[in-house]
Order: sequence, then C-alpha cells, then structure tokens
Amino acid sequence: MSALEQSQSIEDPLVIGGRTLGSRLISGTGGFASMELMAQALTASGSEIATVALRRIEMPKTGAGQRGSLVDVLARAGVEVLPNTAGCHTARDAVLTAKLAREAFGTDWVKLEVIGDEETLLPDAPELLAAAEELVDDGFVVLPYTTDDPVLARRLQDVGCAAVMPLGAPIGSGMGIRNPYNLTLIREAVSVPVVLDAGVGTASDAAIAMELGCDAVMVASAISRAADPVKMAQAMKAAVEAGRLARLAGRIPRRLYATASTPEEGLAQL
Amino acid sequence: MRVADRGGGGVIVLNGEQVELPHGVSLLATLQSIGITDESKGVAVAVDGEVVPRTHWEAYSLHDGARVEALTAMQGG
Repeated sequence: MSALEQSQSIEDPLVIGGRTLGSRLISGTGGFASMELMAQALTASGSEIATVALRRIEMPKTGAGQRGSLVDVLARAGVEVLPNTAGCHTARDAVLTAKLAREAFGTDWVKLEVIGDEETLLPDAPELLAAAEELVDDGFVVLPYTTDDPVLARRLQDVGCAAVMPLGAPIGSGMGIRNPYNLTLIREAVSVPVVLDAGVGTASDAAIAMELGCDAVMVASAISRAADPVKMAQAMKAAVEAGRLARLAGRIPRRLYATASTPEEGLAQL
Repeated sequence: MRVADRGGGGVIVLNGEQVELPHGVSLLATLQSIGITDESKGVAVAVDGEVVPRTHWEAYSLHDGARVEALTAMQGG
C-alpha cells in the first residue's frame, strides 16, 4: 500500500474524470425481474451511477414500448445514467453507440465495452484501445471494460481514459477474482481509478477487490440475479466499505507458520 | 445535412424493418409514426451510421434506402 493510501480515510470520495462520487459501488440495471425491484436494489446499494444500454426502440406493432421509463425510474431513484456500449464488437460500433448515448442522455461519460468473443464476452483489446483513443479525443470521459492486463490498463490510461475497469472473471460468471496478482499489478501500473468490473458473485468478492486496492466495484448480475436482490445490494454496499477500510487499515502479512498473539512471558510452569 | 424536400420518398429501413415513405417526409415525421417526438427523453437516432441530433430531425429528409436506427435506454450492464 502506498503512503498516499495510508493518509486516506474511509470518507474520502472517489474522483473520476474530475467528478466526485460518494459511493464506490457502481450498479448495473440488467437482469432484474422488474423495474420496481431494480429501483429498490439500486437504492439499497447506495450507488450514485448505474449502467444502461442502448437498444432499438420497440416498433408499435411488436409491443408497447415503455419509452423513457427506465430513465425516469433511475431519475426518481436519484441514480445517474452511465451509458455502456454493451454488444458492440468493433471500435466503430462502440464509438457510434457512445455518441448516440451522449445524444440520448446528455452525458459524455461512457462505459466502453468492445467484445471480442461471444462465449466469454472478453474484451477485444486492439479495438478497445482504438475506440478509447477516438472517444477521449472527442471529449468523452471513458471508462473502459478491460481484461486484467496491467500493460493494456496502462495503455488505456496513456490514451486518456478516466479510469480502467478490469474484469475479475467473465461477465455474469460469478467466479470472483481469478487473478488477484494481476489486479495488484494494475493498481501499481496506473494512477487513474481502478474499478473492478465483472466476475463478482457475492459480497466477499467485492470486499477482496477493494482489499486489493481497487477504488470501486461494478456489480450487475450478482445483485440483479440474486435470490433477494435488495439484500444482496445491501451486502455489496457493506462489502465495498469493509474492503476499503481493510485496505486502508493495512492487512497483516501472510505467514506459513503461526505467530502467537499472546506473549510467552509469564507463562506458568505447570 | 440534407435539406427537406430533396428526398424522393421510397423505402427506408427503420430499426431493421422496411417502411414505405411518401415523398418529402422528414425524419421527425417518420419517428412520430412510432411515437417519438423531438421532446422524447432518452432517445437518439442514427441515419446511415451517423448521429442525427434531435434539433435536425425536422429538417432532415430521408432518402430512398436510408437505414434509420432509433434507440433508447434499456436495462443492461
């Protein structure tokens, strides 16, 4: 842990792209059984921003499109929209989607996703970097979903990304943080905020991410697809706070053998 | 930016569906046919892969074969 971190306190807010966020938990909006449940879970999570996707408006004959209702529900819950480019497979599509999101929601923030593989939904690194550079040049605050690769994280920072969002495991897999060493290396490689994205399955995964030095955690499926999303949202909120506190507190080193916590001195000779 | 009335009408593709349009119909009128106005919140439109800002919808005339994507917020991520 750096000297800078030691001087920080649990109350210190997260700053991304010059903007201060009180909550270090970013939520997704997908996968909830209902919009009402989503709103309750978002409130319980304490998240200030939540990701949304852009999709075609339903044509009148294919169903009654509830246009604007998601944006309205998020506004009522006091949660700001973080548009994502989910489903984009090329830099071109991701850049156009980000520009459409800017038009639709009036925000220049974008969670940049460029997917390279349908089975794993892993990012396409070259396309991601190209899209990030183009969007930064166009004035966007870019938060890229990336593999847990310290070199790529640094390249994304170098082109001007406001944060990096490495995965712990594939999206929706709930497999937790498969390579904590890479997250540690990413934390050391970049100075922009590191937001763990994808892989969180339960609260302890979020706590581990924060203990490893992540500045925030993004959780979607682990909340929305939990048996009780509102309870899980509360658990995630507590886990992010606990993990952050533990990081700032500084954990003891791991040792193979025991180290007595009770002094030997004064032990009775029985 | 294309000027209204230069379009010749014909068939456009709106969100993947073919739609027949009379001559000179604006993008705004086309969007209104699926319930979108230039006051609709959380909506964005691209024509042939380019964003068309809502302030331009009324003056934008669709050409034959135009590909229109009208998008809005969906739960995700």
